[in-house]
Amino acid sequence: MTITNILVAGTGGQGVMTATEILSLAALAMGFDVKKTEVAGMAQRGGVVTSHLRFGEKVLSPVIPAGEADVLLAFEAAEALRCCHEVRANGVILVNTLRLAPPVVSSGLFTYPDDPVAALRATGRQVYAFDAGEIARDLGEIKLINTVMLGAISDHLPFPQDELKERIVARFRDRKPALAEANARAFDAGRAKARATA
Amino acid sequence: MTAPMIAPADTRLLLSGNEAIARGAWEAGVKVATSYPGTPATEILESIGAYPDLHAQFSVNEKVAMEVAIGAAMSGVRALCSMKHVGMNVAADAFMTFTLTGTKGGLVIIVADDVGLSSSQNEQDSRYWGRFGHMPILEPADSQEAYEMTKAAFDISERFQTPVILRATTRVCHVKAVATVGARTAGAKANFIPEPQRWVMVPGNAKNRLPLMAERDVAFAAFAEDTDLNVLDDGTDRRIGFVTSGPVALTLREVFPNAPIFKLGFSYPLPIERLRAFAATVDAVVVAEETEPLIENEMKAAGITVSGKDILPRFGELLPHIVGPAVRPLLGLDEPPPQAAPAKLFPRPPTLCPACPHLAVYHTLARLRKKVLIAGDIGCYTLGAGHPWGALDSCISMGASMGVALGMDKAREPEDRDKAIVAVIGDSTFLHMGMQGLLDITYTQGNVTVLLMDNSTTGMTGGQNHPANGQDLHGNPAPKVDFAKLVTALGVAEDRIHVVDPYQLPVFDRTLRQEIATPGPSVIITNRPCTLIDAFTRHQPYHTDEDACTGCGKCIDIGCPAISVARRETATRKNGREVELTFAHIDTAICTGCGMCVNVCASEAIVRDEIPAKEDCRS
Repeated sequence: MTITNILVAGTGGQGVMTATEILSLAALAMGFDVKKTEVAGMAQRGGVVTSHLRFGEKVLSPVIPAGEADVLLAFEAAEALRCCHEVRANGVILVNTLRLAPPVVSSGLFTYPDDPVAALRATGRQVYAFDAGEIARDLGEIKLINTVMLGAISDHLPFPQDELKERIVARFRDRKPALAEANARAFDAGRAKARATA
Repeated sequence: MTAPMIAPADTRLLLSGNEAIARGAWEAGVKVATSYPGTPATEILESIGAYPDLHAQFSVNEKVAMEVAIGAAMSGVRALCSMKHVGMNVAADAFMTFTLTGTKGGLVIIVADDVGLSSSQNEQDSRYWGRFGHMPILEPADSQEAYEMTKAAFDISERFQTPVILRATTRVCHVKAVATVGARTAGAKANFIPEPQRWVMVPGNAKNRLPLMAERDVAFAAFAEDTDLNVLDDGTDRRIGFVTSGPVALTLREVFPNAPIFKLGFSYPLPIERLRAFAATVDAVVVAEETEPLIENEMKAAGITVSGKDILPRFGELLPHIVGPAVRPLLGLDEPPPQAAPAKLFPRPPTLCPACPHLAVYHTLARLRKKVLIAGDIGCYTLGAGHPWGALDSCISMGASMGVALGMDKAREPEDRDKAIVAVIGDSTFLHMGMQGLLDITYTQGNVTVLLMDNSTTGMTGGQNHPANGQDLHGNPAPKVDFAKLVTALGVAEDRIHVVDPYQLPVFDRTLRQEIATPGPSVIITNRPCTLIDAFTRHQPYHTDEDACTGCGKCIDIGCPAISVARRETATRKNGREVELTFAHIDTAICTGCGMCVNVCASEAIVRDEIPAKEDCRS
């Protein structure tokens, strides 16, 4: 009975919960049992957000057991570092290199780590680091960043990447065909970028 | 509002526990559903509101919500009332008498306990209410059970003519899981039949209901022994058998794949004979429950030997990484090697949004910090306690800022009045339970300045409408309370009521200083909407002119997340004194152009962007 454990991390307002929702629906469409849970206090207000997604034949607890995440999808560099210990030693970390310093950092009370990606690599886990914002901007729309992130994880799921892509594109196809097209491109670009940065 | 897509029967859906409860209630034919927003219960009523053929409303507080549901249930229709755990404290007055009359139409009360305190001021175990009110408690573990048990709860409520509590926790309400749904059955039509002996609870009538309640206790105890809501999920390892309820059952099965688990879906009254029989089949019993030792103590009182809170924590969630290490030693199992410690990093506490009107209030209060005591309340503005403002001295319960401020005033001697007393409260919280406190302040002429921060929504729970923002649950136009008139009616002198635009920092500052210097009650109402609702208007963002910025840091002190420190320098003044200079940077991607910071910049270094900026990579 194999369970896939995916941890998605970021800060309030980045779209962590929406991205995990789309991953969940893809897993549901594949016929898996699915559970998704958030560890989000007052998430909308810029705090830390982590979302747990588990799927397989039968999922019991919605919470990923300590240290058993197969994949970490992180929307912000320091947030990847904050929860990388939850990833298996042979697990995968996909990280957006964006640095978001909260007020307690910019006011000088705390410091932001100099090189979070190097610290992630030092843990020995497989790290794919990329600037998802740059990819989205190159495609002309910063809002595509979430789709870029989902493209990046698509090679690391136990089901065909087309299934995930379809979940995203289907959200726009009927009402906004142009957006469907743009999201498909963002998905492919994220996927290609993650592959190239292995 | 367009009609929602309603999934047909036998569809496999990914539903949160809250959505599953809503679906179950709709299928059960609920006619009236009420609530007051509160994490983690808010989305139950929001989801119910999307279904047709019923009336759903957010009431002004949980007590009124409970009373509306009671009136409907007295009339013979099915009614639901949902709230977070602390809401039951507010609703308890109505609840504790309606349990005596009993119900006619099914009445299901959903109480969502915030086990683990994700967004609450305390952690309390709502299963006590079953014991207190002599009524059954149902406890789902996941979405499928939340859906099924909601339907079952209506049947039980009508069969026994008793309101029923469905107790959920954050780990049920906010977990999305697969649920297969069914078809709707229309409920009964309203038909209130006058029955004074039953519905008019004067002592003579109430006395006659007490023996009936005692009989009901016996009937429920018998039902508990029979119901298939209580399940033995057997296992081959007989060394430890678990007794549990709610989502802890899933934790236990995850950590102990072969343990026998007796799972109580109908957790009060206990099926004590079934539990006694279960205990006889295993070497030892461990009761794992969130959070108080209720099942444990009642089993012990029945003479069954169990352990529970002697090895498990008395508060917080019983997650796999908590339960495993607590129980494994009893089985002689080794602990898996400890995980690597998480990286030591800066904290990222939640904070107020860019352009949040509350920023103005806390910026001003922080500057007056040595001159004021600040009684706080429940909402986004509780974040004023945090960095960089530190401008809150208390936070107790909904509406408590009023009474606490008045108590601080009345406790002191006239010569001790070196500090002014300020109460901060939001619009929804004021309507919930603040009005009564303000009436006490005016009646006793307390020296309290009330900051009524009207942002036209119930912000912290995600932006629900209320009686003072002119919209109903569905966004349709509704009558709108005028706060200035309301506080006038509550006895505040008209010349002591000020409606102020909080973005005009100097005006707000002047008004507050004037009011705290004058004895007697006063109210300052701020009138800018929450930045997360439709009523908020975005403007072209600002940026800093680096050549003009003198490094005074005044804009940074506001605490707006869009303003950060660009660099620091130490400069020497003409008099030889060294001063720390802080130069500001405005993140144009998240600035909404409110202009609050422009008001504090003496050097005109904050200027509006001319063209839309697309610099940052947040979406």
